[in-house]
Amino acid sequence: MRRVSKIAAASIATAALAFTATACGESSTGGSGSGDGGGKLKIGMAYDVGGRGDNSFNDSAARGLDKAKKELGAETKELTAKTGETPADREQRLASLAEGGFNPVVAVGFAYKDALDKVAKKHPKVTFGLVDSVAEAKNINNIVFTEEQGSYLAGVAAANKSKDGKIGFIGGVDIPLIKKFAAGFQQGVKETKPDATVQIQYLSSGSDLSGFGSPDKGKEAAKGMLDKGTDVIFAAAGGSGAGAIEAVAGKKGTWAIGVDSDQALDPSLSKYKESILTSVVKNVDAGVFELAKSIKDGKPKTGTSTYSLAENGVTLTTTGDHLKDVQTKLDEAKKKIVDGTIKVKSTL
Amino acid sequence: MKKFDKERLLLGLAAPLLAIVAAFLVTAVVLLATGKEPFSAFGIMFDYGVKSDSQVYILNKATTYYLAGLAVAVGFRMNLFNIGVDGQYRLAAFFAAAVGGALTLPGFLQIPLIILTAMIVGAMWAGIAGVLKVTRGVSEVVSTIMLNMIATAIIGYLLQQGRLGHLDSAGTKVATKPLPESAHFFSFTTQPDADPIWGFIVIAAIAGVAYWFILSRTRFGFDLRTVGASESAADASGVNVKKMVITSMLISGLVAGLIGMPTLLNDSYEYGGDFPTGIGFTGIAIALLGRNHPVGIALGALLWGFLERGTGKLEFEGYDKEIVGVIQGVIVLCVVIAYEVVRRYGLKRQQRQVGAKLAAQAANNSEKQEVSA
Repeated sequence: MRRVSKIAAASIATAALAFTATACGESSTGGSGSGDGGGKLKIGMAYDVGGRGDNSFNDSAARGLDKAKKELGAETKELTAKTGETPADREQRLASLAEGGFNPVVAVGFAYKDALDKVAKKHPKVTFGLVDSVAEAKNINNIVFTEEQGSYLAGVAAANKSKDGKIGFIGGVDIPLIKKFAAGFQQGVKETKPDATVQIQYLSSGSDLSGFGSPDKGKEAAKGMLDKGTDVIFAAAGGSGAGAIEAVAGKKGTWAIGVDSDQALDPSLSKYKESILTSVVKNVDAGVFELAKSIKDGKPKTGTSTYSLAENGVTLTTTGDHLKDVQTKLDEAKKKIVDGTIKVKSTL
Repeated sequence: MKKFDKERLLLGLAAPLLAIVAAFLVTAVVLLATGKEPFSAFGIMFDYGVKSDSQVYILNKATTYYLAGLAVAVGFRMNLFNIGVDGQYRLAAFFAAAVGGALTLPGFLQIPLIILTAMIVGAMWAGIAGVLKVTRGVSEVVSTIMLNMIATAIIGYLLQQGRLGHLDSAGTKVATKPLPESAHFFSFTTQPDADPIWGFIVIAAIAGVAYWFILSRTRFGFDLRTVGASESAADASGVNVKKMVITSMLISGLVAGLIGMPTLLNDSYEYGGDFPTGIGFTGIAIALLGRNHPVGIALGALLWGFLERGTGKLEFEGYDKEIVGVIQGVIVLCVVIAYEVVRRYGLKRQQRQVGAKLAAQAANNSEKQEVSA
């Protein structure tokens, strides 16, 4: 028993020591002035897992940053998320950017929402950008996109191009964001050709995000669909999409639809550009650039900015002119979405 | 009580020190190879790591890692390689979050209920591997890896809108219903503006003491260690090995259930797609680092937290963010190697000492014989 009490005493003493050390230690946040850029525009970027070079979503944000660097003369700092992070890690990343005098600080990806809610309150002078989610604090510019509208148009194009109405959708991971793409795409197909079928398949589920980075899985899934006679496949699957496009390119008379950036112009995929019908592009770069510009002009953008089809926040690319024959139908559908005649669902 | 053995203590300390020094040397070489000056990097990490808000961060991180280390160590002590800690804690945290979000009870009922749910789910998930091993001889390594995948799939299936999931207003994030205010665990405020220290650190400390007590002060702990040392010897001395396998898997799972609790009850208050994954594997590294000893694991967990805190800063200062992954990996490798080196050295030394003693005895004996002859 004596030994137990000794150990208890020792651990209490250690804990107490740790606490006092904490209480008198110097804080890393103290002293550094926040939000005072001294006239020069300093943009801090916090990417989602994958970061710059993912050929997809983060890269699109990076393009906006590069544009701001060139056209607004901004100084930039880029940090990237790791897998298996806690909200505390994301908070640290955002806080270190805000404390480093960066304004705006852009958080790329909905995973930053909870962290940003906390950090934004502590740094009221800094304007934050949040891509793909909506946070409450007043100094946040929520940059959201209507992915379902762009996907609807892709659905219209797919239905018109398909010979026997067998169409496939490959989603990276079955998260709500990807389901937005699936929902819009399916609706677009069905409203163009009611008897067409859309086979929806996800490469991984839940917290297993491997579906965004496995070209082999994308290829396998696309092959399976092609074998069943599917002739148009939309792959909203980040890096896995490359595999799907490769598989589609291997079979004549079939089309692939890309996502996030113009995949027909992607250096590694341009050899398949004759099989890439179009890409549903989400212009994250425009959102990032607009926010940076608003800071530069002294009128920080806050609240929710929805980049919809109406303002070309989501678009279909026309590289290769494969859409020429259906362009009038697409323009018609776009008009109807913009004026509200067609309401696109964002959930399946 | 055991006699205080100075030599053993020295050898015990030599291994981790050797490992850390070696790890830093290797990292310095890696940093040099990337064209960066290594010592300023260590300086940055240290300066930043001792700041008060860094201390809070490290303690909070270490709380989670400590529990992960303990969960793995329980298995290690009896030669069970519970790789499934990862799936166990995620499944446990998910169901605990679902139960916690569905109920609104007074805090003194709600919090224990959530923790208990997590522990039971974790134990049951680990128990499957235990039962498979005992009844069908399936290696726990294989079954727990599979169970990890199944856990991911189950969570993926249930964490959907209309099932146990709940879509946020922006339509991009799905999570369980947030826990009510009454289910938030207490925390220690350090400075008015800074983040608090998670109260769950107290539970982690209690778990550490319980681990030490059960393993080294109870018959059960003795049996467990005996099975770990030699299964056949344990069997011969009357220990029911099968029962021990299942019980220790259950205990490992119980502790694994706690891993997600600091995050759930002190930070996120919900289980979403962004809930931390992979901590079970970090736990393996930390248990190795701490030599399955409750204090060693605590030091390992703190070191891990410190390294992670330091990386954020290094990346900010323009170093490659991958460098901490390299440091962590190198440390674990160095630890494994250093322990083996020190163990062999200790063994040799012991043999030499025993040999010298025997030789001296033999010399003595022959002298006596000569005298008597």
